[in-house]
Amino acid sequence: MISKNKKQILEGSNAIALTIKNIAPAVVSAFPITPQTHIVEDLAKMKADGLASFEYIRAESEFAAASIVLGASATGVRVYSATSSQGLLLMTEVVFNIAGMRLPVVMTVANRSVSAPINIWNDHGDAMAVRDAGWIKFFASNHQESVNQHILAYKIAEKLQLPVMINVDGFILTHSYEPVIIPDDKTIKKYLPVYQPPTGTYLDPKNPVTLGAFFGPNNYLETRQMLHEDLMSSLEIIKEEYKLLNKTLANQGANHQRQKLSRIDNGLIEYYGPQKPKTILIAMGSVIGTILETIKNFKDVGLLKIKVYRPFPAEEIVKIIKPAQNIAVLEKAISLGQSGPLYADLAATVMASKIKKNLNLKNYIVGLGGRDITQKMIKEIIKDAPQKNNYLKFIGKI
Amino acid sequence: MEQIRIHGRGGQGVVTAAELIALAAFYDGHEAQAFPNFGVERSGAPIQSFARIDNQAIITREQIYEPSVLIIQDSTLIGNVDVFQGISKKTKIIINATKNNWSHLHLKSKHLYFSPATEIALKILGKNIVNTVILGALVKYTGLISLKSLEKAVQTKFANKGTEIIKKNIAALKMIDKI
Repeated sequence: MISKNKKQILEGSNAIALTIKNIAPAVVSAFPITPQTHIVEDLAKMKADGLASFEYIRAESEFAAASIVLGASATGVRVYSATSSQGLLLMTEVVFNIAGMRLPVVMTVANRSVSAPINIWNDHGDAMAVRDAGWIKFFASNHQESVNQHILAYKIAEKLQLPVMINVDGFILTHSYEPVIIPDDKTIKKYLPVYQPPTGTYLDPKNPVTLGAFFGPNNYLETRQMLHEDLMSSLEIIKEEYKLLNKTLANQGANHQRQKLSRIDNGLIEYYGPQKPKTILIAMGSVIGTILETIKNFKDVGLLKIKVYRPFPAEEIVKIIKPAQNIAVLEKAISLGQSGPLYADLAATVMASKIKKNLNLKNYIVGLGGRDITQKMIKEIIKDAPQKNNYLKFIGKI
Repeated sequence: MEQIRIHGRGGQGVVTAAELIALAAFYDGHEAQAFPNFGVERSGAPIQSFARIDNQAIITREQIYEPSVLIIQDSTLIGNVDVFQGISKKTKIIINATKNNWSHLHLKSKHLYFSPATEIALKILGKNIVNTVILGALVKYTGLISLKSLEKAVQTKFANKGTEIIKKNIAALKMIDKI
């Protein structure tokens, strides 16, 4: 049999849509919003052209789209949605419900800034607005990673009954073309079996159950604790499943051999650079490539890429940053009135691990509302990182 | 690495031009990347797009500040937008124009090429969508991508637009030799 797992050049949105088609959810529901639009347009077209078997339900708003996939997922079938920015914010209430009801919903967020002022371009403000909802959150840095993370997401979601959000930078990834392999449906099936949740865990007239019921002060705390603990224990499972996915893809000739540049890559994090770096830059998403290109010329600078942001892989991070003197957290979000949210997570991690008392931990807010992040900016950050000055800086000058 | 920056206005196929370049370069066996820099979402607004071609995986995603090739699809942008930002002596510049009217700009680069793309596009396509005409000039003056791969790129990219549009655009790619 001729494998269909060949390298193609595709738009990021199209790559995601083709992957979702091969994953074969039963129900897709979405409301179009820039820059998510191409993903759901492509899925709608596949359905209209008779190439996909899913039910495509057009929703009157994002609140409805999220509610539709919640309801469909509660009946025990595989579902998909995608959104951005204001759309995600309109979904917020449902997003929390999906996690609380332990529904394995998978959703792409084409990351975009949040209004006002109105801005359609990329940053991570939307993802951070639902940071605490109880979803697993992946961040992709290129098309292949985004494709593979979508496949991984369904496996994790359905295995653990936890929702997974895949964050892809709006425009930068959704509207760009680069080479990528879309694993065909047979390859995906080898890794991701047909979804059939156990009887009694989903809405079924023959086996009636209640989902998302009332919990009083005597029980609510424990449900949150359980959700938290399940999220934390998913870290190990994500690592295992990531290994298994890569193995399956390699066996099926679907592993895109990008240059292997990282020293450590376990599905949660990736580390690039020397074994004993003086400075480590930490970032998530599409800016990783630009940083990597920049640090090629720096001998004592490393790059730590966070691929799973929730649950937070603190232990893995500590192992990497231990030898470093300076840590620079670059992020496309700001928790207004505090710092970047990733920075706050790092600070908590460093405190709890007691790795170094005099560690120089700094935060650089970059790329908000689509501002380009240039190699020049990154060089500036590398130069500034060891300086004892303000811990929080906005870097905007191109 | 070759870095191509395209300037034009919304509606002229600026984004598609960069995508066609990346597709063609990929079909030629190279690594390629293309991405847009959308302005406000309306026709006529100044817009840029970018393409990179290399023999190894392209990882950087910053916009192109020092282009090796610069394409200006709409010459009315000259003087209004800093279209010549970051050009060097070596930058090859292709302008949609009938002749060289820009000697007074004293550009660093001497590699200036012209293509009367609007005229040709209006004749062949009946619309001021100049991207395929100007890509014909890119093939001729830079040799970065092959005409054969560019034809294949047009067929792939315009597959949903029907055979008539594909035929006209492939004809448009070849018009540069007939001027």
